[in-house]
Amino acid sequence: MKHPIETAAEQIRATAAEATETLNLGGAWPAGLPLETVILLTLVVIAVIAVTVVAGIPIVLVLMERKVSAYFQNRLGPTRVGPWGLLVTLADGIKLLFKEDMVPPSSDRKLFRLAPYVVFAASFAVVAVIPPFQSTVIGNMDLGLFLYLAISSLIVLGIIMAGWASNSKYSLFGALRAAAQIVSYEIPLGLAVLMIVMATGTLNMQHLVMDQADGIHAWYMFRHPFLFIGAFIYFLSAVAEVNRTPFDLPEAESEIVAGYHTEYSGIRFAYFFLAEYANAFIVSAICATLFMGGWAAPFPFLSGVPGVVWFLGKTMFLVFIMMWLRWTLPRVRVDQLMSLCWKYFLPISFVNILGAGVLALLEREEIGAQLGGMFLSAEAVSWIAFPFVLALLGWFARWGTEPVRRPS
Amino acid sequence: MAAPTKALRTDEMVLSMGPQHPSTHGVLRLELKTDGEVVEEAIPHIGYLHRNFEKHAESLPYFQIIPYTDRMDYIAAMNNELGFVLAVEKLMELGGKPISIPEKAQYIRVVVCEMNRIASHLLAFGTYGMDIGALTPFLYAFRDRETILGLFEDICGARLLYNYIRFGGVSRDLTPDFHHKLRRFLSKFEKNIDSYNTLLTNNKIFLERTKGVAVMSIDKAIQYGWTGPNLRGSGMKWDLRKDEPYSIYDRFDFEVPVGEIGDCWDRYKVRMDEMRESVRIVRQALDQMEEKGLLDDPNYAAKVSAKLRPPVGEVYFRTETPRGDLGYYIQSDGTNVPSRVKVRSPCFTALSAMRELSRGLLVADIIAIIGSIDIVMGEIDR
Amino acid sequence: MTAEEIKNILSGRLGEEAVLELLESDEEGMTVYDPPQIVVRADLIAEAALVCRDEESLRFDSLMSLGAVDNGERLTALYHLHSMTHRHQIALRADVPRAEPSIPTVENVWKTANWHEREAGELMGIAFEGHSDPRPLLLPEDWEGHPLRKDYVVQEYYKGMKVPY
Repeated sequence: MKHPIETAAEQIRATAAEATETLNLGGAWPAGLPLETVILLTLVVIAVIAVTVVAGIPIVLVLMERKVSAYFQNRLGPTRVGPWGLLVTLADGIKLLFKEDMVPPSSDRKLFRLAPYVVFAASFAVVAVIPPFQSTVIGNMDLGLFLYLAISSLIVLGIIMAGWASNSKYSLFGALRAAAQIVSYEIPLGLAVLMIVMATGTLNMQHLVMDQADGIHAWYMFRHPFLFIGAFIYFLSAVAEVNRTPFDLPEAESEIVAGYHTEYSGIRFAYFFLAEYANAFIVSAICATLFMGGWAAPFPFLSGVPGVVWFLGKTMFLVFIMMWLRWTLPRVRVDQLMSLCWKYFLPISFVNILGAGVLALLEREEIGAQLGGMFLSAEAVSWIAFPFVLALLGWFARWGTEPVRRPS
Repeated sequence: MAAPTKALRTDEMVLSMGPQHPSTHGVLRLELKTDGEVVEEAIPHIGYLHRNFEKHAESLPYFQIIPYTDRMDYIAAMNNELGFVLAVEKLMELGGKPISIPEKAQYIRVVVCEMNRIASHLLAFGTYGMDIGALTPFLYAFRDRETILGLFEDICGARLLYNYIRFGGVSRDLTPDFHHKLRRFLSKFEKNIDSYNTLLTNNKIFLERTKGVAVMSIDKAIQYGWTGPNLRGSGMKWDLRKDEPYSIYDRFDFEVPVGEIGDCWDRYKVRMDEMRESVRIVRQALDQMEEKGLLDDPNYAAKVSAKLRPPVGEVYFRTETPRGDLGYYIQSDGTNVPSRVKVRSPCFTALSAMRELSRGLLVADIIAIIGSIDIVMGEIDR
Repeated sequence: MTAEEIKNILSGRLGEEAVLELLESDEEGMTVYDPPQIVVRADLIAEAALVCRDEESLRFDSLMSLGAVDNGERLTALYHLHSMTHRHQIALRADVPRAEPSIPTVENVWKTANWHEREAGELMGIAFEGHSDPRPLLLPEDWEGHPLRKDYVVQEYYKGMKVPY
C-alpha cells in the first residue's frame, strides 16, 4: 500500500507532465525537479489562485451591501466610480492602500500588526474545504467539516489580539464582547452541524453534498423538522459569529465607536474589513452546502446548469438575507444576546439533537418501518407533528413580551 | 473545602465617551465609570459649544438677537425664535405699548412652529434608531424632513437657521403655492408615520432595548425640571400649548399624548404621537386661514420700529418647543438693548438627570437614554 | 392665588423680616414684573424655597429657571417657580452684595437647581454655599473671571492662546 502523499504526488506529476506536453514546454523542468518541490509549487499555485479568487468575493460583497442598503433606504448608493458605481470598492481599496500606516504609540506594536493577518488568514483558510463544483474542492479531506469549525474559531483570537494590542478602551470593549459572543454562539452552531454528522456519518463536505444531490427533498434542511430548525439555528448563530446586525455588538458603532478595530486605519483596517465580508460569505457558503445542497441542483431536470451557479446562487441568497437583516433590525443588547444563546438556542439545539438521534435510530434499525411503516415514515410523522409542536412552544415561550428586568 | 484564594483585584474602568463620539448628539462628554459592561455612574461634561448667548444678547438690539436664538436649538429654530419674540411682545404689552400682530402672522407662526416640531421629532426618531442600531429609519426620517426644510426655504430662504419670526409678525409672506405643497406633504406624511411605527416603534428588538430602561417617575421628573416630551413620557399631561396657551394655540383642537411609566420607549413614543397632533394643528390652521380668507391677505407683519424700546421691567416667558419648556427671562432697562437675557433650556435640565438615570445600567443603555431625552448640545451649552 | 397671598404665607412662616418686598407690575405699565417677584433675604432663601415647595397651598414643585442678574451694586439670584399642582407662578428674588456674593444653595429643594446653580455660579460669580459640586459647568475649570458680570474683561491669554479676537 502506497502512502497517500505518494499517490498524490504521482497524480500531480502525471498532470504536470500532461500539461507540459500539451503546452509543449519540452517536458524538461517539471520532471527534473524533486518530488517535494513539485508538490510545494503546486500547492502554492493553488493557494494563490484560491486566495485571489476568494479575495475578489468581499470586493463584490461590499458593493452589493452598499447597493442593497441604498435600495433599502430609498437611495441610489454609489454611482460615480465606473458604470453603476461598480468600481467603487476598488477605489476604496486603493484609497486604503495609500493611507498612512498608523500604529498607536502606546499599543503593543507586534500584536497590533499581527492581528489583522490572523483574522484574515483564519477566515480565508476555511475556503479550502468548501466544494464549489461537483469535481473541485481545494482540500477534499474527510475532516472537512471539523476543519471548518476548528479554523473559524481562530478568528476570535485575532480579534482579541487586535482589541488588546490597541490599548484603547473601546477596542477592549469590542474584543471582550467578541470573545464572549463568538465563543458562546460556537456551541449552538456546532450542535447544529453535529446533527448532520449524526444523520450521515461523514465529515467530508463533498460527500455531504453528494448525499443531497437528488433534489430539493433531499436537502438536509427538509429531511426532517429537527434539521429544519437546526438550519435556522445554524444561520442565526453564523450571523452572530460574523458580527453582523442584529448581533454586531463587537463593532457597535453607536456604543463603542468601531469596537476592536477602532484604532486601525489604512490597509490594516482593510484586512479586517475584507475578512468580515469573506466571513459572511463563508458562513453562508457552509450553510448552503450543509443544509441546502451546495452545488446540487434543486430539481433533477435542472442538473444541466453548472454546479457553481447553484452554489453561488444559494450562497448569495443567504448573504442577501444577512444584509436584509442588517438594514432592517436594530441591535440587541449584550445581556439579550447572551440570553438568546444560552437560554433559547442551546436548549433547542439539545432537543434537536435528541430528536435527530431518535429519527436516525429509527431509520437505521428499521424500527420505524415496523412500527408505523404501513403507511407513514417516521420523518413524515415528525413533519406532521412539527407545526403543532411549534405552535405549542410559541404559546409557552413568547420570548420577551414583558419589559426586561434590569440588574440592580 | 478549598482554601480561599486570594481575591482578584478589580478596578472600575473610566471610559471617556465623547466629546467626539458617534452617538452623543453633538459634543457631549460622558465620563462612564464602568465595571465591565455595567455602568456605575455616568457623569456628563458639557460646555464644548458654549459661546455665551446671554452675553451676546446684552450687547445687541432686540432685533439682532433673533438670529442668535436660532443658533441655540438649531434643530427647531422656529420655536426658539417664537419664544423670544413672544417674550418681548409680552413685555411690550404689559408695558402698555402692545404690538398688534396681524391675524395672518399668528397663523403663519403656528404653522411654521408645528412644522419645525415635526422636523425636530423626525430627527429625534431617526437618530434614535441609529443609536439603537437600526440605520434605515434615519434615511426615511430625513426624506420627510427634507420636504419641510424645502418649504421653509421657500418662505424664508434658509433651511436651518431662519430668522423668520419677527416682532409683530414674520419676515416674509407665504409663497402662493405654500399651502398646496404643505397639504400634499401632510397627507403623505401621515401614512409615513404608520410605516415608521412598523419599521421601528413596534420592532421586537427595539422594544426589548427601550422598554423598562431608565424609568423616570413623574415626581422625579418634575424635581429635575423635566418638561416637554420627556415629562409627558412619564405620564404627566403637561403641555404649555394646552395648559398656558400662548400665541393662538387655544384655537386648535389637539390631544396631548402621554406615556405610561416613563421609560425610554415612552419618551420616544410621545414624540411619534406628537407628530400626528402637529399634523392636526397645521391642518386646522390651514383650514382656518382659508375660512377667514387670510391666504390672500397681504398683511403679514405689523410695522415695528427697528429701535424697539420695551418698557423697564422683567419678564419670564416660556413656550413649548419640541424639547420642552423654553423660557426666556428678559430684563429691560428701557433702551433698545436688553440688560439681561437668560435662557432656560429644556435639554439642560433633561441632561442634568443623566447621572441618576444611568446608575447600574449597561453601556448600550446609556446610548438609549441620551437618544430618548433628545438633546441638542447647542441649546445646552448656549 | 395672588402674589400678595403668597407673600403673606411666606412672611407668616419665615417671619416679617425675611420677606422684604413684593415687586409687581404697576398699573401704568412703567415697570413690568411678570411673574411678580418676592424679595427674600438672601441668607434665608433655602428656607423660603422649602416653604414654597412644601406648603400645601403653594406647592411650587417645579423650579422653572434659576438665573443670576448683575444689578450693579448687587448681584441678584432669581428663582422662577411654578406649581404643577395649583398652576400658579411666582419668582423669588434675593440680592447679595457684589463684594461678597454668597447665597445658600437650593439644590436640596429642587434637584434641577444643581446645574442651574453651577451655571450661575461660574458665569456670574455667585457662590452657592453648601453646593455638592461647585465646579464650573460650561467654562473650563481654569477660566478667569465671570463673563456675565457687566464689568467683565476677557482674559488676554488662555493656555497660550490669544483670547480676544
